[in-house]
Amino acid sequence: MRDRSFIVSKEDWSLHRKGYHDQTRHKEKVKEAVKKNLPDLLTDESIIMSDGRKVVKVPIRSLDEYRFRYNFNKSKHVGQGDGKSKVGDVIGQEPTPGAGKGSGAGDMPGEDYYEAEIDLEDLETMLFEDLELPRLKPKQKDQMKVRSIEFNDIRKTGIMSNIDKKRTILQNLRRNALAGKPGIYGISPDDLRFKTWEEKEQPHSNAVVIAMMDTSGSMGHFEKYVARSFFFWMTRFLRQKYENVEIVFIAHHTEAKIVTEEQFFNKGESGGTICSSAYRKAIELIHDRYPPAYYNIYPFHFSDGDNLTSDNERCVKLIHELLSLSNIFGYGEVNQYNRSSTLMSAYRHIRDPRFRYTIIREKGEVYKALKTFFSPEEAEVSP
Amino acid sequence: MNESEIKELERAIEEITDIAEQFGLDFFPMRYEICPADIIYTFGAYGMPTRFSHWSFGKAFHKMKMQYDLGLSKIYELVINSNPCYAFLLEGNTLIQNKLIVAHVLAHSDFFKNNVRFSNTNRKMMDSMSATAERISAYEYEYGSEKVEQFIDAVLAIQEHVDPSLFRTRRTTSSKKSSTSSNTQRRSEKRPRHEYEDLWELDPDYKREIPEEPKKEPFPPKPEKDIVLFIQEHSPKLEDWQRDIMSMLRDEMLYFWPQIETKIMNEGWASYWHIRIMRELDLTPNEAIEFSKLNASVVQPSRYTLNPYYLGLKIFEDIEKRWGREKIFEVREFDSDISFLRNYLTKQLVEELDLYVYQKQGNQWKIVEKEWEKVRDQLVYARVNGGYPYIVIEDADYNENGELYLKHRYESIELDLKYVEKTLPYVQQLWGRKVHLETVVENKKVLFSYDGEKHYRKFL
Repeated sequence: MRDRSFIVSKEDWSLHRKGYHDQTRHKEKVKEAVKKNLPDLLTDESIIMSDGRKVVKVPIRSLDEYRFRYNFNKSKHVGQGDGKSKVGDVIGQEPTPGAGKGSGAGDMPGEDYYEAEIDLEDLETMLFEDLELPRLKPKQKDQMKVRSIEFNDIRKTGIMSNIDKKRTILQNLRRNALAGKPGIYGISPDDLRFKTWEEKEQPHSNAVVIAMMDTSGSMGHFEKYVARSFFFWMTRFLRQKYENVEIVFIAHHTEAKIVTEEQFFNKGESGGTICSSAYRKAIELIHDRYPPAYYNIYPFHFSDGDNLTSDNERCVKLIHELLSLSNIFGYGEVNQYNRSSTLMSAYRHIRDPRFRYTIIREKGEVYKALKTFFSPEEAEVSP
Repeated sequence: MNESEIKELERAIEEITDIAEQFGLDFFPMRYEICPADIIYTFGAYGMPTRFSHWSFGKAFHKMKMQYDLGLSKIYELVINSNPCYAFLLEGNTLIQNKLIVAHVLAHSDFFKNNVRFSNTNRKMMDSMSATAERISAYEYEYGSEKVEQFIDAVLAIQEHVDPSLFRTRRTTSSKKSSTSSNTQRRSEKRPRHEYEDLWELDPDYKREIPEEPKKEPFPPKPEKDIVLFIQEHSPKLEDWQRDIMSMLRDEMLYFWPQIETKIMNEGWASYWHIRIMRELDLTPNEAIEFSKLNASVVQPSRYTLNPYYLGLKIFEDIEKRWGREKIFEVREFDSDISFLRNYLTKQLVEELDLYVYQKQGNQWKIVEKEWEKVRDQLVYARVNGGYPYIVIEDADYNENGELYLKHRYESIELDLKYVEKTLPYVQQLWGRKVHLETVVENKKVLFSYDGEKHYRKFL
């Protein structure tokens, strides 16, 4: 018999973890990228429209391995038919922009962007790291504080109703393993672990956001989307700070009314704009339902700044009135084309630490807006 | 796989090896290794079991492994161009699957051994890559893993820009400039000479160059295709460990390059032979059915891309039909995909396979061409330079300021501009000074530049 020219073997590969190791590094990089892309991610449709899903998928662009490559969309390619193909046949279609998601995804060649899965909570943690409720005039303290209970420690003693089952079992496992017979059995009083709590004094815990938006004809899809993204994050941010956060929507053109969220973001009306109508409605609402003594009030107004000129002075006056009732008042002007608006020029002169305004020119600036509204005051402002 | 199953596999391999030899296949000694899925997918992602660590491989691994877990795709085997030749078989393959795979990898091994494109490849690359991995991890230890990773990111961004030509004389790094040399020094310094340049001096008609005073000589003297090597040798800012990494990664690219260039041929050749060899085996009816199923899934056509297995197989079969079996052995020795397609893809084959050219029009992808020569030419274009844009260094002292001027040799396909702007910073990071790339956009010459802080774009 001739020499065999081959060998068959089977080794133990269990220690070969390189793939997993580098995968972990990749995940870390994704997290870094998410952090870097926060301003873009913030307005990503899959998040804003997430409808309470906890984990969302977002496209992360910076994890591509960049190199010099051809433009796929401008190149010709060769494919193979089933025998009946002819010139002019459509073999694939790109979803038209704005037509919504999910249709025909994965059907197209090319575009290889990386989809990262993100836990909304993680995203919030990263995002809100930089945000803070501005230091405001203290209100009557006693009234405004609530006691809350936070389970935040584990002890060996406690009341039975607070037993921490998972930790108790773990402890039992550990003890048995140490004794040489791993397993869960014979739980002794020594294994028991209890959750304990601390009482925390939290500052007043009710907040209301009064979301006001110009729904006149001049506010387009982009403007509304920006406002929607902003309110989405602002509500989430306030929910971390207060136990109850309500949000009321006031839509206005020449007159204002309280509407549902659905109507607020989707209904467009035609006609001119009188912003003071919304402010008047907000003041009315505060007096009726949200006494400042019990509520932290956050009125925010989004507009394209296209107000009836004669109305501007009235607006300034009403803002002062609103400010006396609110924690802060924010005005966001969504202004893609960077025009100068009359409303803004009137607002620039308002000198009150609680009044903040910002201009948003592109989606990425929603993050900037959040930071503008929710940053600690820069300097001491004398009352 | 237990002892008796391994014995059974060994018997099968013995038989298949005999048949392959009788057919005239000439392969390296074989080492078959049975591995679990995650190991096969690791090797698939890294291209080699011993390759260095990098997050991009982790990303590829994750993607491949996920597709496997979801049942979307499956790698049955992986074969390494080395002597002896390593073939990794997926644990859990059935015996009949393994028979097909063994027949398939023997043909790959024959191809690695005999195709001229592979003649310069390092057959001990497994060991070299393992040494590279160790060296890189030592650098990580010394200089910090983040620093090393950032450097590797940059090198990988230009890794395809090497000169893989077969007859290129190997340059040494003797012309390496000291990293502190100033520009005036650099210009007056003697430039690297071609190895045989002194032969010219023996020619009676050869005019000795009279060194004239400050005439600016082009640097590099001729446009340089090997961007990686050039930067490695001439970048004023790289440290020794960085040049070392560049040189190691370049060797890896040169090792993989022939596989990029012969994908269709290599897979076609292996498919051609696994079918022939399997026909010689006594298969039970059940085995025959399983084989046909597996074979069909391997050579399945696709709307958007070409299945290299299928196209290569068809062309080899056609060559055999027209010129006989000896001819296919000759083709596997001397051709690469470009010449293979150009010489042997016929009108009849294009029609039979129903190949077409498609393109994006508006938001639709449409078939725009079915004429066989156009289809063939398109296939050839797409494989020029391994499918990567052909970019050369025109001037390494642009603006007389040591800036690097790259030129894309535009041939009707535009670059992905977003990628250009994302890749230039990597080049800048390696070169240390401002970098430029000339290309064509909408029929106009455009110069992209990056100086370490800002991007510039202007029409020329």
